[in-house]
Amino acid sequence: MDGSVTKADDRWTVAGRSFSSRLIIGTGKYADYAQNAAAAEAAGAEIVTVALRRVNLSDPSQPMLVDHVKPDRFTFLPNTAGCYTGEDAVRTLRLAREAGGWDLVKLEVLSNTKHLLPDMEETLRALKLLISEGFQVMVYCSDDPVYAQKLEDAGAAAIMPAAAPIGSGRGIQNVLNLGLIIEQAKVPVLVDAGVGTASDAVLAMELGCDAVLMNTAIAQAKDPIRMAGAMKHAVIAGREAFLAGRMPRRDYADPSSPMAGRI
Amino acid sequence: MGVSSVFMNLILNGEERAFPNAIRLADLVSILGLDPRKVAVERNLEIVPRSAYQSTPVMDGDRIEIVHFIGGG
Repeated sequence: MDGSVTKADDRWTVAGRSFSSRLIIGTGKYADYAQNAAAAEAAGAEIVTVALRRVNLSDPSQPMLVDHVKPDRFTFLPNTAGCYTGEDAVRTLRLAREAGGWDLVKLEVLSNTKHLLPDMEETLRALKLLISEGFQVMVYCSDDPVYAQKLEDAGAAAIMPAAAPIGSGRGIQNVLNLGLIIEQAKVPVLVDAGVGTASDAVLAMELGCDAVLMNTAIAQAKDPIRMAGAMKHAVIAGREAFLAGRMPRRDYADPSSPMAGRI
Repeated sequence: MGVSSVFMNLILNGEERAFPNAIRLADLVSILGLDPRKVAVERNLEIVPRSAYQSTPVMDGDRIEIVHFIGGG
């Protein structure tokens, strides 16, 4: 089969929406929104995460995200960054739904500011509140297969375990747990947070993730736009390798050239 | 007519500010120089749909939050 046809058919679906790009990028920590927009293009991203904050009323002429990273080009995935309770998250996403006009959201309820790991008890409670209000919720979570199952049972649209703490760039810390989460999930699984470089994204996709979400790995690379391109290729390479199926690991060498017929 | 009847105070994005009396939410957004298509507004913890800005009065003491999308992960 023609490889390009295979790739075109290899889409993934979350909450009834279908996407071809398996790389979701954040929009924080860039030098400016123009660089952010260029990185999103270079990454080939179709979805970008966004935060919701008070408008700066002292300077209404300051640059606005939506003027650069345009909502008619990218699906905005509003997050609940900075929320520590379910009620905070619901309030924030109600406003986001009004600002954006859609109900696909990213829930993250964090614990403390040192490691920014999710508070899973509160995350699960917030998820149930949001679902009761009609939101489609992609959930940032710990790499705990037990909680991942609880989120799915509660109706999460996607499970998004952290590879490592947000912004740490340490790569996948628990390959075994991530594999268990992927194996059991019937909704998309995305690695969200902790990716540092392209090989981390490749590994996530080789393990069978449906997509990868990252921000700092691109925004704080020395050349963010070049890294965005690298991540695009990494996610494609990892996905293709997963679909191709890797060779078995062996303990000893196996010659590639035949031994028979030597002179 | 006293000053108190000409102006009212709002708690706007957490800060107290004076505005002319008897305005509507659409007027407030306009006075602030904001594009209503790019913001969302909460009045006393209730979302105000964009379609209701014209019909929603702003009253003395109201707590108004005006938010928008910014960069985030």
